[in-house]
Amino acid sequence: MTPSIEALGLTKRFGKTLALDGLDLVAEAGQVLAVLGPNGAGKTTFIRAVATLVQPDGGELRVAGHDVRREPGVVRSLIGLAGQYAAVEPTMTGRENLEMIARLFGQSRRDAKANAVRVLAQFGLSEAADRLVRTYSGGMRRKLDLGASLVGEPRILLLDEPTTGLDPRARIELWDAIRELVDHGTDVVLTTQYLDEADHLASQIVIIDHGRAIAAGTPTELKQRAGHSVVEVHVREPEDIPRVASALAELGDGEPQIDEATRRVSMTVPAGTAQLIGDLPSLAAVGPALEDIAVRHPKLDEVFLALTGQSLEQPAGAAKRRGREPAPVA
Amino acid sequence: MAIAAPALPAAPAAHRANLTSSTFVIAKRGALKFLRTPQLIVVGTLQGAMFLLIFRYVFGGAISSGALSYVNFLVPGFVTSSVLFGGMGSASAVAEDLQAGFIDRLRSLPIPRSSVLTGRVVADMAMLVWSLIITSAIGFAVGFRLHGSVPAALGAFALCVAFGFAFDWLFIALGMISGTPQAAQGIGFMVFPFTFISSAYVPVSSMPGWLQSFAANQPVTMMVNSVRALTQGQAAVATLGHPAGYFVVRSLLWAAAMVVAFAPLAVARYRRG
Ligand SMILES: Nc1ncnc2c1ncn2[C@@H]1O[C@H](COP(=O)(O)OP(=O)(O)OP(=O)(O)O)[C@@H](O)[C@H]1O
Ligand SMILES: [Mg+2]
Repeated sequence: MTPSIEALGLTKRFGKTLALDGLDLVAEAGQVLAVLGPNGAGKTTFIRAVATLVQPDGGELRVAGHDVRREPGVVRSLIGLAGQYAAVEPTMTGRENLEMIARLFGQSRRDAKANAVRVLAQFGLSEAADRLVRTYSGGMRRKLDLGASLVGEPRILLLDEPTTGLDPRARIELWDAIRELVDHGTDVVLTTQYLDEADHLASQIVIIDHGRAIAAGTPTELKQRAGHSVVEVHVREPEDIPRVASALAELGDGEPQIDEATRRVSMTVPAGTAQLIGDLPSLAAVGPALEDIAVRHPKLDEVFLALTGQSLEQPAGAAKRRGREPAPVA
Repeated sequence: MAIAAPALPAAPAAHRANLTSSTFVIAKRGALKFLRTPQLIVVGTLQGAMFLLIFRYVFGGAISSGALSYVNFLVPGFVTSSVLFGGMGSASAVAEDLQAGFIDRLRSLPIPRSSVLTGRVVADMAMLVWSLIITSAIGFAVGFRLHGSVPAALGAFALCVAFGFAFDWLFIALGMISGTPQAAQGIGFMVFPFTFISSAYVPVSSMPGWLQSFAANQPVTMMVNSVRALTQGQAAVATLGHPAGYFVVRSLLWAAAMVVAFAPLAVARYRRG
């Protein structure tokens, strides 16, 4: 099957910034692809290139087999875009917003009305349908924005940080909505800074940094590439942390991660669970001080750290760069 | 949330919105936005009215306007410059749409791309006609009277719409370039020197010589004098020194030049994204 999106050596320069620096990426049809990366990684630029909003400087980019530069019109009829900031009209009602977009997709007045009603119901906005959007909460606007990208019944949905700025409940509601869309056959490409989001929604993840794909695979594959397991030890007293850390350091090549606040030390190890059992006696010396010990698969932030040497949760000052606080990571 | 959205094949070309219908849909949104922001309408109208009253009753007495009574001299200037003041709003509206991602959304839709701009212009023209009617009515209320034929007066009205159209491209280009609504508004203040250093409120002959050569030839003066000549007949021709045709031709040339200069600029900036 033709991939829904194919990028080959995609580059885009803004003045001195190389926003995309030879990005390679494939989104298979029928799957959810999450493009994961810190602030400034090039996520929005990539989505805008797919949506024909920026012209790539080099490389190839095809949407359902159509070259974005040669056939932008076809590409636009295939995609639905929900940009990073909700682009709904505050002085119109939810219903009017959706009908407007549906009309612009070439639907008849009657179809536009019917589709607007359907999408409003999908996102639980039926009651607020005839209120001006300026009275909507941030979460409602986000949902309406997502609805607007759907009302044209696109084959491929592009969502740029769909849950940024939402409270945890609204996030989970939006996740459910996205999952149901996928179940019904819409291909979704979404960007996110949140690992749990990519892990929950995507069957494929591409991690990008500085405009380049640094890793790609299923969530499970990526976790394995960054080490098989993570040993996480929870100690009773903070004084025991250094001892536990040095014991754990012997299990692998990297540095143990220390979280003073929760008194946890974790270590990504190359070995599988079976071998680890043999290694665990090295912890015997600190045995009595242990509250809890767990062996688990790495979380995506640990994967990111292992692959880039940079933590995904605190990209240096990045969240502030755009004057926007990221939503709390669940 | 219950979702039941089967993915459909792309809309066949024949079913895509054409230029006319997408222009209309986008224009309707622009007009709704205006109508539903009553503060904008009320404040704009009040400001304009206050301006007119101050010139008419406070400064007016000190300004000599030749064969024309000052109110008949002033109101054409007031109406014409209201076109420019209205245009400032469209510069910041365009910048706002750009910043808020609204234009991105429109550009990602399978519509003729030009309809985003044509829709804007159509909406702006509708608002302009509306505001021209209001400002003219205020003008009549403070004593302005026609001394030419009715067709000539309607011609003056149409000419104001044409000026508005030309200036709209200037303001749209400004909005596209400025990046933020605040910056657009800031740049928009260039409207002030343009309207004041013109024949809109005082005769150009009362200005110092070095200023006169600019004031006498710039587009606003040509446009204001056209409206005067068309609405005031002989008295205007005597005061201004030229018949209506002289000013009308020059202001239409100015308007055409502005469209030629700024429409491609706006379109290019819009294409670049
Ligand atoms: N229009 C532009 N003009 C100049 N620089 C730009 C422009 N758009 C993006 N950039 C730069 O390109 C780089 C990539 O930006 P992009 O918006 O794609 O990142 P992102 O991954 O979406 O980040 P975020 O998580 O903050 O949304 C950044 O360094 C950004 O400053
Ligand atoms: Mg972004």
